[in-house]
Amino acid sequence: MISPELGPILELRGIRKHYGRHAAVDDVSLKLRHGEFLTFLGPSGSGKTTTLMMVAGLQQPDSGQIILAGKPVDRLPPYKRDIGMVFQHYALFPHMTVRRNVAFPLEMRGTPRAEAERMVTAALAMVGLPDHGDRLPRQLSGGQQQRVALARAMVYRPALLLMDEPLGALDKALREGLQLEIKRLHREQRMSVLYVTHDQSEALTMSDRIAVFDGGRIQQIGTPSDLYERPATRFVAGFVGETNFVPAELLGREGEARRALVAGVPMPVSARFLAAPGTPAVLAIRPERLRLSAPADDDGGGVPAELVDLIYLGNARRFVLRLPGGQEWSAVMQAEAAEAVMLRPGDAVRLSWNEVHATAFPA
Amino acid sequence: MGRWRLLRALACTLVGIYLIAPLVVVLIISFSSAAFLRFPPPGFSLRWYANLANDPAWIDATWVSIQVLVPTAVLSTALGTAAALALIRGRLPGAGFLGAALMAPLVVPGIITSAGLYIIYRTIGLNGTLTGMVIGHVVVTLPYVIATVGSALRSLDPRLEAAAATLGAPPSAAFRRITLPLLAPAVLSSMLFAAVLSFDELIVSLFVGSARLRTVPVQMWSNIRGDFDPTVAAIASLCFLVALIALGLEALLRRRNGDRE
Repeated sequence: MISPELGPILELRGIRKHYGRHAAVDDVSLKLRHGEFLTFLGPSGSGKTTTLMMVAGLQQPDSGQIILAGKPVDRLPPYKRDIGMVFQHYALFPHMTVRRNVAFPLEMRGTPRAEAERMVTAALAMVGLPDHGDRLPRQLSGGQQQRVALARAMVYRPALLLMDEPLGALDKALREGLQLEIKRLHREQRMSVLYVTHDQSEALTMSDRIAVFDGGRIQQIGTPSDLYERPATRFVAGFVGETNFVPAELLGREGEARRALVAGVPMPVSARFLAAPGTPAVLAIRPERLRLSAPADDDGGGVPAELVDLIYLGNARRFVLRLPGGQEWSAVMQAEAAEAVMLRPGDAVRLSWNEVHATAFPA
Repeated sequence: MGRWRLLRALACTLVGIYLIAPLVVVLIISFSSAAFLRFPPPGFSLRWYANLANDPAWIDATWVSIQVLVPTAVLSTALGTAAALALIRGRLPGAGFLGAALMAPLVVPGIITSAGLYIIYRTIGLNGTLTGMVIGHVVVTLPYVIATVGSALRSLDPRLEAAAATLGAPPSAAFRRITLPLLAPAVLSSMLFAAVLSFDELIVSLFVGSARLRTVPVQMWSNIRGDFDPTVAAIASLCFLVALIALGLEALLRRRNGDRE
């Protein structure tokens, strides 16, 4: 539940962090709104975890400002910041029972005993582990341990919940179950969440907004559909979802239409012209946005290609296509539509697309 | 059974006998009825143990050893644990050099450490004092504590301490509630180890002790050089018993905490 009227719960202003001469985090600024689920997405070494650690106070920025709930916290140690944190490897205290683990932050805050007991019980019920309070962490499965870690980080209702690849150590089925569970908790508890992952499908599933990190910088910040449909850089187009890239030459404007030469054929491209006309460019098109047609019903347009392979994906089919220049493209169609086109490997096809789905980036 | 396995069994048995035989011989001689070291003894008696219990020199030595051992174990454990924390978790400039200096008594010959202590003590008047003896014993037992606690600390996930901090625990509370309880087995076993080492220590005690400040090993040393009777075997057997009890305690501690991780 995002509440814009409350202003940002967290604001980063020009955060920088260097290790020697290497910039781990380079001028990162953003605002996290009350109740928002914001994800830092990027490959390892992109600066996303370092940024999270600086918000937690576990690392210090070289410059910049961190404002949490309206107050600068740059000089505050982690234990004086009103945050909760969930670690990839749970970081439960192995010598304490589940209840003692969850009670720990309340104890540190001097919550009266009876009230703390009640809050711990409620938190364990919230994560679906009401009967596991007397166990030790090692007696629980990985998924259960991460639920306990969630309960421990949420029981005192911190202003901001930080999660560092919390599902990274779990297997796929468990991960997807917990993704939905974390979403539910976020919705029900109206928490503000800062989440770090390198898994783009996880980011797309869970987030209100995503900040894509690369090389210590935020490449783009926006809703999942912003990033997927309107990537701002070639890196974002390649990292979020699957994309076909092909070299193209941008032609000048012809009225409103913008065109580019793809394998020698002039094709329409998005008006979001990101490369200058007359310069070499790279065109990015999602596999599910490619249209395939047989050359027979040729309307004169389209890039000629050969269907090299047809891969069965159950609910969909993947067409592996070779362009005249030798590049391979991939097109994905839902089962019903794919069966209707009746193409077989070896067939010649023509490729076309709606211009809004082809973005040109500088090469 | 293959030839190699037979050979290996034989080799192991011989090494075992070689290691244990002196202990067994000393143990048997301590019950000898003869007034000199003879093996096998002509008969058995408890007279050397009785002699031990009645000889004020031995009683004094035991008392001195205990007076040295207890503060040594406590101080060495406290300082060694603090040093391990500073060296491994802290961001000390020159931590490498500091660590090497603290571990030096392990590699520097004991006689050199002891001579060094003796010379320093002479200028500050600590020779022949209990304080001087305890400091000397702390110096030589410290490396063992640092090594034991340090290796436990290295295998302790630093994220646990980070997690405690994010949950609102100031460093002192995080140490008391998280780090120390998780290090407790290593801390206790290094305390036992320091106590046994102190009880066993000869060279430092010889140098910085005096005629009135004699630990058990020093008393044994002078006894062997003077009138040589099986009393030494009796005290040696008792020392062995003490070491055995300490080892047993340590194993018990390990088992009790073994199922923790």
